[in-house]
Amino acid sequence: MKLEILSLLEKNSRMTDAEMATILAADAGAVASAVHELEADGVIRGYNALIDWEKFGQEMVTAYIEVRVTPQRGQGFDKVAERIYQFPQVQACNLMSGGFDLFVVVEGRTMKEVALFVAEKLAPIDSVLSTATHFVLRKYKDRGVLFGQQHKDEREAVVL
Amino acid sequence: MNLKDMLRRNVVDTPPSGIRKYFDLINEMKDAISLGIGEPDFETPWSVREEGIWSLEKGKTHYSSNAGSVELRQEICRYLKSRFSLQYDPVHEVLVTVGGSEAIDLALRVLVGPGDEVLIPEPCYVAYKGCTLFTGATPVPIPLKAENRFRLQPEELLAAITPRTKVLLLGYPNNPTGATMDREDYVRLVDVLKDRDIIVISDEIYAELLYQGKHASLAEFPEMRDRTVLVSGFSKTFAMTGWRIGYVCCHPDLMEQMKKIHQFAIMCSPTTAQYAAVEALKNGRPDVERMVAEYNRRRRLMVDGFRKVGLDCFEPYGAFYVFPDVRKSGLNSDQFCERLLLEEKVLMVPGTAFGDCGEGFARATYATSLENIREALFRIGRFMEKMLG
Repeated sequence: MKLEILSLLEKNSRMTDAEMATILAADAGAVASAVHELEADGVIRGYNALIDWEKFGQEMVTAYIEVRVTPQRGQGFDKVAERIYQFPQVQACNLMSGGFDLFVVVEGRTMKEVALFVAEKLAPIDSVLSTATHFVLRKYKDRGVLFGQQHKDEREAVVL
Repeated sequence: MNLKDMLRRNVVDTPPSGIRKYFDLINEMKDAISLGIGEPDFETPWSVREEGIWSLEKGKTHYSSNAGSVELRQEICRYLKSRFSLQYDPVHEVLVTVGGSEAIDLALRVLVGPGDEVLIPEPCYVAYKGCTLFTGATPVPIPLKAENRFRLQPEELLAAITPRTKVLLLGYPNNPTGATMDREDYVRLVDVLKDRDIIVISDEIYAELLYQGKHASLAEFPEMRDRTVLVSGFSKTFAMTGWRIGYVCCHPDLMEQMKKIHQFAIMCSPTTAQYAAVEALKNGRPDVERMVAEYNRRRRLMVDGFRKVGLDCFEPYGAFYVFPDVRKSGLNSDQFCERLLLEEKVLMVPGTAFGDCGEGFARATYATSLENIREALFRIGRFMEKMLG
């Protein structure tokens, strides 16, 4: 049941325990306690709204930054990753396989703000060898949801 | 010359489907929610669409053999065997049609004509009666009961059989009720049918949309296999309604005649759809499972919602319809649906559209988003509060 609860909440975190219980043909109390456990165990890390900032009229810039670093003796990449992810501008930070080491997602209000953050904060860190910054120009799909045009039901209104 | 005098009587006398007025009303409304759409809201899985596109890119734009491409017929047989343990010969017993609709029409055309009777358990899909009337045969409705969860009972069948009965037209899982028939239900029908000269046309287009138990078919009984015409297709299972592709399986003696009509009237089913259908059968299983899981969630929400606002409904195990009893509102089917649409902008289809015995019921489909279902149920609840005073 927990797996099903997670898949429902991942799509719509506002779904109530009662509704999940109906949808999953489960006991409402059992659903509530499962959700509580998932939260307590840290499986559910938070509940976010997926926002189309552009639609709201708020300028928002996202950059994906490839970072190459020198791993440190005894600590590998963890130490440098920690130095990077502490910045509030950093939305995500992942260790990668392949041609670079860390993949950092940074959000800011303007391109300049993000570029300055990279130049002044990220690049100067001792073990950072190089950065390559890619700005998002248009968001088509995020976390499984299509951005831009709203989906329109084009079916005939009544079909037998 | 009066053109109307030139027309065939039995076509003119067949009424069109009775939902036109709702269609006109809802099209003028803003923020209306339609629970009246009898087709998946999902789009065809991308890999299936992509296969259709690819076939066009490769210039595969010609006729296939009349019965459908060999590859598709083989895949259909493989699928029917692995999913439902039904064995058909791809060369002599399978025909790819323009949707399940063509298959029903073909089967009726080769089997019945003036003087013959076709037994049609109701409520049912609207085309059964119309297609029967076009052949000149007489449709004989068998009114099914809600207390039997709209399953055909052997005594109901027996009571309707006359010396002129030639065909029994079944549709399970059912549109509009969502009813299903178990193997045990069929066992009891087989007793009635096996020693009589009655052919069963079994429309199993919703076979995959099943939320409880295992799909059963009359064709799986050895004594019924050769007297059953199995109709199915891709529209509901793979969300491929617009592609117009289905199939029919039956004994070669019937098939030969059906093929002849199909050959002269249709030539062959759209080939783009045929290529796409092969991909659907080969690799579409995970998509089907995903869609069925989602329908099931919506189904539970909808059944629960109707019951909570005071509309009784039995739990439907198949298709994507709920068929609540609306009599508690104090209205008949038509009044209920019309007022619900005008006052709350929610469209349901009156049960009477599916046969006279649908009076007192209305059909709602959950082939729409959870958000729509939630909002529609809220509005129906408000409507019922008003009705119950």
